Amino acid sequence: MLPYKNHFEKLELIKSKKIDLVENVKYFLNRIEKEKRLNAFNFVFEEEALQSAEIISDKIISGNHGALAGLVIGIKDVLSIKDKPLTCSSKILRDFKSIYNATVVQKLIAEDAIIIGKTNCDEFAMGSSNENSAFGNVLNPVDETKVPGGSSGGSAAAVAAFLCDAALGTDTGGSIRQPAAFCGIYGLKPTYSRVSRFGLTAFASSFDSIGPFARSIEDISIILKSISGYDKKDSTSSQIEVPDFTKSLNLKSENIRIGIPKEYFSEGLNEEIKKSILELIQNLKNKNISITEVSLPHTEYTIAAYYILTTAEASSNLARYDSVRFGKRSSKIDSLNEMYKNSRSEGLGAEVKRRIMLGTYVLSAGYYDAYYLKAQKVRRLIKEDFDNAFSSVDVILTPTSPSLPFNIGEKSDDPLEMYLSDIFTTSANLAGIPGISIPYAKAKNGLPIGVQLLAKQFDEENLIKATKIIMELAE
Amino acid sequence: MSVTINDVKHISELAKLKFSDVELNEFTNQLNEILGYVEKLNELDTSNVEPLSYPVEMTNVFREDEATPSTPREIALLNSEDADEKYFRVPKVINQD
Repeated sequence: MLPYKNHFEKLELIKSKKIDLVENVKYFLNRIEKEKRLNAFNFVFEEEALQSAEIISDKIISGNHGALAGLVIGIKDVLSIKDKPLTCSSKILRDFKSIYNATVVQKLIAEDAIIIGKTNCDEFAMGSSNENSAFGNVLNPVDETKVPGGSSGGSAAAVAAFLCDAALGTDTGGSIRQPAAFCGIYGLKPTYSRVSRFGLTAFASSFDSIGPFARSIEDISIILKSISGYDKKDSTSSQIEVPDFTKSLNLKSENIRIGIPKEYFSEGLNEEIKKSILELIQNLKNKNISITEVSLPHTEYTIAAYYILTTAEASSNLARYDSVRFGKRSSKIDSLNEMYKNSRSEGLGAEVKRRIMLGTYVLSAGYYDAYYLKAQKVRRLIKEDFDNAFSSVDVILTPTSPSLPFNIGEKSDDPLEMYLSDIFTTSANLAGIPGISIPYAKAKNGLPIGVQLLAKQFDEENLIKATKIIMELAE
Repeated sequence: MSVTINDVKHISELAKLKFSDVELNEFTNQLNEILGYVEKLNELDTSNVEPLSYPVEMTNVFREDEATPSTPREIALLNSEDADEKYFRVPKVINQD
């Protein structure tokens, strides 16, 4: 076991020479090797990680180091690291190497974090179980017969299994929060545009968000602080000032107002999860925290709007995989058109093709108004639901997932059922608001139960404050 | 609205994807199931609702029109399977007859 609970403690231990950073990196490398069957990593950067550890160790001891110095972190394999493979867990990108660093990667390096490898995920981040990966599926470290969730399943499993201190994932409809809930760790999806998307392989550009996984809220806060902020390379990134999220932990939080959306407790919610969250709500009331029922009346339309809009954006974004400038090219290339078709058909997996097909259909002549435009209008209604709710509460508390981690193979034959497992998480991406999943409780069989908190745009601070209250209750 | 196998063939042509007959049938069923589900949006009257294309409202972002160094050509060509020193190569697109 590790002698520290969060990065602040780790830094102190390195400074006082109670732990050696090189040995610490070796510990994680050994863990990765030992837990190889989890399949959490697509690539491990053993040599570079050990080299960085030596350099950063000296920096820490000399007192001249970045905020994340010595934090050992995994990066979801949809983000660019210069000269390293970037596969998006797809066959079509199996030989691709990034020619620059993603802004988030650059920021981690600037703060002296140690990148240990690239984590497995669903192909192009499309999936809720990490079963759609060209590298094979990932096992849930809590129970290896279960999926780790998706699409950032490798990132969540790596953190939960102590293969690294933290990881970056991406969240387009729940791909950070749901795997965090399934693996029993913290996962935060920032406000849309809070974090630069430069160097992130696009899935659905008006939904994609990059965020951290960690085993403590302290580490979530410090990583979030380090990766947030305006970036001129991403013109959609926000110029709104970034607060010092590490200070949010110490702010007064008793007067926070929590809303409970009645629509999230309807049928289809696992009884044990429901019971656990209702107990949490009661405990919060007993502590005199303000709890109010709120209504998000368009909740039942979120999945429909989400899948129309994200598949439309995906079909357009994934048109770039034509095997001309990059990507695996088919050997059957009698004409340009045949080259496109054969390369794409051989290189892309079934779920990715399904979404490209659905997206192409909803954007095609004659159907645009009925599907795409309609879904954009419903997106506004869903966002307005949240605007209304946040006029009377600071955060909204819900389950992260309607079910406990499900069995490997259980939903992989039924795309619609798989899509419905995102029912509580897609709304945050439609509305562009931040959300966090907290490892609050365990079911009788030991599987983790995640609690989700949502806040208004750019109010991650209240998410962190409310998380602290909930974790104090859990202890 | 229900999708026929011919619609799916047409869409696959637009998306530059090839499918076997078995796959085409499977996609037709799955797309119908998914589209049947999303029909529920029609329960909502949205005649007075403006579409939302971006969750965080922002206006155009402009920058000064100044030349800056871009990716060097040899770096840009690195990930191509077929390129010479200057260009990406593709099968001939002009008819020879």
